[in-house]
Amino acid sequence: MNTQSPSSLASERPSPAPSAAGVLKAPPHLASTFIGWSFVLPFLVALSVFVLAPTAAVIAISFTDWQLGRDTISFVGLENYRALLTARVPRISAANTIIYALMVTPLSVILGLWLAILIESSPMGRAFFRSACFLPVVSTTVAMAIVWEFLLHPTLGPVNSALLLFGLPAQRFLSDAALVLPTLAFIAIWENAGYTMVLFVAGLKSISAELYDAAAVDGADRPWERFWTVTFPLLGPTMVFVVIIMLLRSFRVFETVATLTGGGPRRASEVMLYTIYQEGFQFFQVGYASAITVVFVIFLLVLTLVNFRLMDRSVHYK
Amino acid sequence: MKMPTRFQITRLAILTLAATLLLLPYIYMVGFSLKPVDEIFAGGLSPLPREFAGIANYLGALEREPLLRYLANGVIVCAGILFFQLLFAVPCAYAMAKLRFPGRSLMLGIVLFGLLIPIQATSLPIYVGLAWTGLTDTYTALIVPFISSVFAVFLFYQFLRTIPDDLLDAARLDGCGEISIVVRIVLPLIMPAATAFGIFSVVSHWNDLFWPLVITRSPELNTPPLGILAFRSEEAGDSYGELMAGTAIITAPLVIAFLLAQRRFIEGISLGALKG
Repeated sequence: MNTQSPSSLASERPSPAPSAAGVLKAPPHLASTFIGWSFVLPFLVALSVFVLAPTAAVIAISFTDWQLGRDTISFVGLENYRALLTARVPRISAANTIIYALMVTPLSVILGLWLAILIESSPMGRAFFRSACFLPVVSTTVAMAIVWEFLLHPTLGPVNSALLLFGLPAQRFLSDAALVLPTLAFIAIWENAGYTMVLFVAGLKSISAELYDAAAVDGADRPWERFWTVTFPLLGPTMVFVVIIMLLRSFRVFETVATLTGGGPRRASEVMLYTIYQEGFQFFQVGYASAITVVFVIFLLVLTLVNFRLMDRSVHYK
Repeated sequence: MKMPTRFQITRLAILTLAATLLLLPYIYMVGFSLKPVDEIFAGGLSPLPREFAGIANYLGALEREPLLRYLANGVIVCAGILFFQLLFAVPCAYAMAKLRFPGRSLMLGIVLFGLLIPIQATSLPIYVGLAWTGLTDTYTALIVPFISSVFAVFLFYQFLRTIPDDLLDAARLDGCGEISIVVRIVLPLIMPAATAFGIFSVVSHWNDLFWPLVITRSPELNTPPLGILAFRSEEAGDSYGELMAGTAIITAPLVIAFLLAQRRFIEGISLGALKG
């Protein structure tokens, strides 16, 4: 601190020579290579060990019959993938995951959009309502799932008490094969409405007030008209983004299934991540589970790639 | 734009109703955590206790399972993950954004590729690797798979690119080495981005069930979600008051943190949406 280095002396000169500044700006090539790589390398090593190598490994293992705890391992080609196509459980699991995502995504998106527009339409209570809707997003899903399990309890739960009050029959929401997936979807919508709401609020804020004024001049002054002429068209990119985000989130459902149903009753709530969890970490069918993982990840990858492309495009609009 | 007051009233009424419905599980969680057992078994709709049993329920919950230990585990694991994520990502992002060295664009490609790989892809091989090294069922195993966050590098890289070089050049002229530039200039500069990322990271790892469920066995290592699961399975179905008290205790830290810094939480978590 006390010793003055040559460069600090240089900076105190009334008019630093441009050539000197230029030299300082670009340190010698070898030194900058060394510094650059020594900053990048720790991350790169960690990334290789915990992301890149495991990704390669999961693909490689998916072509073997490996079971954890067994000494032999042999290459079986596409056998695991063939088994995947014919076996009952992965098919049910994939179908359930898609049905679940198709219930959760549109309803969370519509509810979130509706909340966002309603909250943003006036400053009164805006911060309070935004936070109230967002609370489920930050709450621990497993804990809230246990609360829902209690709320939906066949005999003690307030939901069934309410049904009885209206003269409706009590339901076994989590152990009825026809109801279990919609019930889990309902919990997810409850959890995600505040999330999509916040994403839409960000989209709404980027729409300039002038456009609403222009629409008003053109005779669109009812809230509903303004929504269809200005808000909805301009929210297009945000809408696609939110839909994909919600598809990704709902494809990855695991917490509520593991907490509340264990995939049951009779596999009616079996979903992809839960199947991977069981095959890989409970039955230790590592080869087979790896094949399911690869298929599952390709699923997610396609959606993520679409999303990246859209984000790229929306940057150009700005 | 003049809004009719009727619109204002309808808006408030609808929003109040919607917010109440969304908050209903919390109202019931807290309400039932204050009820005695017989009142819960009487059923009914009211979340309000007629007879106050809150103290007995909360003390009973804490006695039944070491919930505070589980919360502490959550803090250890989340703090460990975030510390290493920042330790690796900040210098890396700085080098990629502000230093010229051969291989820089290759690194950028690797980071973009890494963004595409979801955590689910890597869990099986990492599990096998940890089993080989005998590291399953340790804090290390809970922390280590998450220490290299491509998302953090990407965010900080984007953020640092917007910062003018003049600032860094001035520091170099003052004799700052590259390491002290990272510590004294880059770190304070990226604080907003780091805070948002930190909130995103902590919330997702605090709430994660999949990895802790897979990698730990000992109850002493239970993270908050595992802890509340253990609590539920241990208690054979009669003391719902204590169970609700337990869930309230497990949910409380993040909820309180959120209420204290609402805007930052919303920012941080919606930023996480970029990752998908």
